[in-house]
Formats: sequence, C-alpha cells, structure tokens
Amino acid sequence: MTPRRRPPERLVRSYVVTDGRAFPSRNTLDLVTMVVTGEDLPLTGLSPEKCRVVELCRPGALSVAEVAGHLALPVSVTKVLVADLMDSGHLVTRAPFVPVNQASNIRILEEVLDGLRARL
Amino acid sequence: MGSAPASDAPSDVYLRPTVKTAAKLLVVGHFAVGKTTFVGALSEIRPLRTEEVMTQAGALVDDLAGTRDKTTTTVALDFGRLTLSDHLVLYLFGTPGQQRFTQLWQDMTRGALGALVLADTQRLDQSFDVMGVLEELGLPYAVAVNHFEGAPLHELDEVREALDLLPETPLVRCDARDRESSTRALIALVEYLIGRNGELERT
Ligand SMILES: Nc1nc2c(ncn2[C@@H]2O[C@H](COP(=O)(O)OP(=O)(O)O)[C@@H](O)[C@H]2O)c(=O)[nH]1
Ligand SMILES: [Mg+2]
Repeated sequence: MTPRRRPPERLVRSYVVTDGRAFPSRNTLDLVTMVVTGEDLPLTGLSPEKCRVVELCRPGALSVAEVAGHLALPVSVTKVLVADLMDSGHLVTRAPFVPVNQASNIRILEEVLDGLRARL
Repeated sequence: MGSAPASDAPSDVYLRPTVKTAAKLLVVGHFAVGKTTFVGALSEIRPLRTEEVMTQAGALVDDLAGTRDKTTTTVALDFGRLTLSDHLVLYLFGTPGQQRFTQLWQDMTRGALGALVLADTQRLDQSFDVMGVLEELGLPYAVAVNHFEGAPLHELDEVREALDLLPETPLVRCDARDRESSTRALIALVEYLIGRNGELERT
C-alpha cells in the first residue's frame, strides 16, 4: 500500500476540534457503540463540530464509526466529541455486543447466521 | 457535509429504532484483493470510509522523541452495515491489517467475532502477513478466494496447501462483486465460528 500524504493542516484541525485532547473523557466507546440524541438540549455554546454530531444524530441512531464516516472526521476525534456530548447530556449511547464467554458468542453468532441465511 | 447526505433516505442511513445489539466481523486482505467491493456488495448503507492520520513516530512507542522522520501515514478502513433482525445489526469492517499497532486497528479488532481473509490466487504470498496478525491476536478466521477473471482456477486443496491453512480453517471461493456469493462466504465463516465456540465451551 502506498501511504498517501495529507496536508499537515488536517492534523492541526483535529487537534483544535477536540480542544487539544487526544483521548476521550471515557474509554468505553467502541466503533460500533450506538449513539442517539438524549434530552433535547440547546446547542448553544457547543463547538461547530459538536453541533454537527448532534444534528447528524437527531433523526436516528448511528454507530460511532458511522458518525466518523458521515462527518469525515477521524475516529479518534469522533470519540472525544461523542464522549463530551455524553457528559453534557446531548447524546446517549448503547454498548455493542461484547464477547464474554462462548455461550454468549454462540447465541449472537446463531442470530447472525439466521439473518445471513434469510438474505439468500 | 453537515449531516448525512441528502441523497440517501433516512431509512437508508439510520438504524432501526428497535436495534439493540451491534456485532462486528472483519474483512481483511492485502491491497486490491476486493475488500471494499465485498463490503459494498453486502452493505445496506452506502459503504463509509474513515481515516486516521498518524505520524510514524507516534506509532512507535519506544522511539526516542523527535529523532524520527515525522512523515504521516493514513490508516483507512471501509465499513458497511447489515440489519439482520429487528434487534441485531452486523457491521463489516474492511482493512488491510498492516497497521496492527495503531489505535484504529485495536478499535476494530476489539470485540470482533472473527475475520474473513480475502485472498487472490495470483498473490497468495501477500496474504501471510494479515493471517499472521490474526493468529497473534487469536482472532479466528476463514479464507475466501476472490476469483478474478483471467486468473487460473486453482484447486482449493492446492490453495490450502500454499497458504498453509489448518485443516479446520474454512476455505471457500467467492466473487466479491456478487451479493449472494459474498453472503455465502460470510456464512461459512459464521458456521465455523459457531463450531469453534462450541468446542471451546466443551473443553
Ligand atoms: N474481476 C473482478 N474484479 C474485482 C473483484 N473484486 C474486486 N475487483 C476489482 O478489483 C479492484 C480492487 O478491489 P477493491 O475492492 O478496491 O480492493 P481492496 O483494496 O481490497 O479494497 C477494483 O477495481 C474492483 O472492482 C472480483 O471478484 N472480480
Ligand atoms: Mg479498499
């Protein structure tokens, strides 16, 4: 793979968007953590990027990865923004499936299998 | 780019309100093996892409600060989504898997149920890298040979031997452009994962 170069401007911008923080205020966000808007709070005082996240999520739920994809933001930045918006009550999240033991894996895999077979 | 593209209906963008659980599988393989095509053939949403720009220095934890070239590389992943029931959604993440020490790769593999390795018979040697990474992580995988026209049609036995697969590792053929064929490849992976979890549970 040929690594593509990006203008350095982009790194700087990500840094500004998150108020200079590289890590989210909570460490529990997964790529497939589902995000929905919480209470209908005013957006006053939120940065433009945070407003974009809330606006995007208003019509329905999306995963953290989808928020990043739709807004063309890196996942690392998206996680910081989502965590802040959880802290402020603008967003609530639902954790994804977490493998804990074989029995729960099998249960979810059987459901995946049924769903895939139904698509044939 | 303030919100989801207006060209997509909301129902093609947002999750069903009844969805309670999200699970993930990986689609991995070398450059141009057909990962993006595969994810696109299966996804109910327009496949999305997310990128992370990082300095090579940043990826090397033990490096002395400032002594390295600060060139940046882009780590990209493509992903798609399949709603499999009223309450279950499956995400497929496609990635070359070379950036194993990055946060994005860790995010992608954490909680993943397994991986489908796409392989091209004309470049089988290029598949070893990613298979090695999956083995290091203990992430179970199946292999799907994505058949390109003009490529000689090798017997799967030969491919199995060339890739040095374990006898239990599923090996199937697929056409990444075809939804049904790609669905069957995923089914082979999921059946294998169910059997493997069952065995582990009994031991
Ligand atoms: N003939 C043929 N072409 C394919 C197939 N799968 C992918 N391609 C093409 O191969 C190229 C690389 O595929 P892509 O999905 O971008 O590979 P990636 O780098 O692994 O994501 C694209 O031009 C695809 O259209 C296939 O099964 N048959
Ligand atoms: Mg690709």
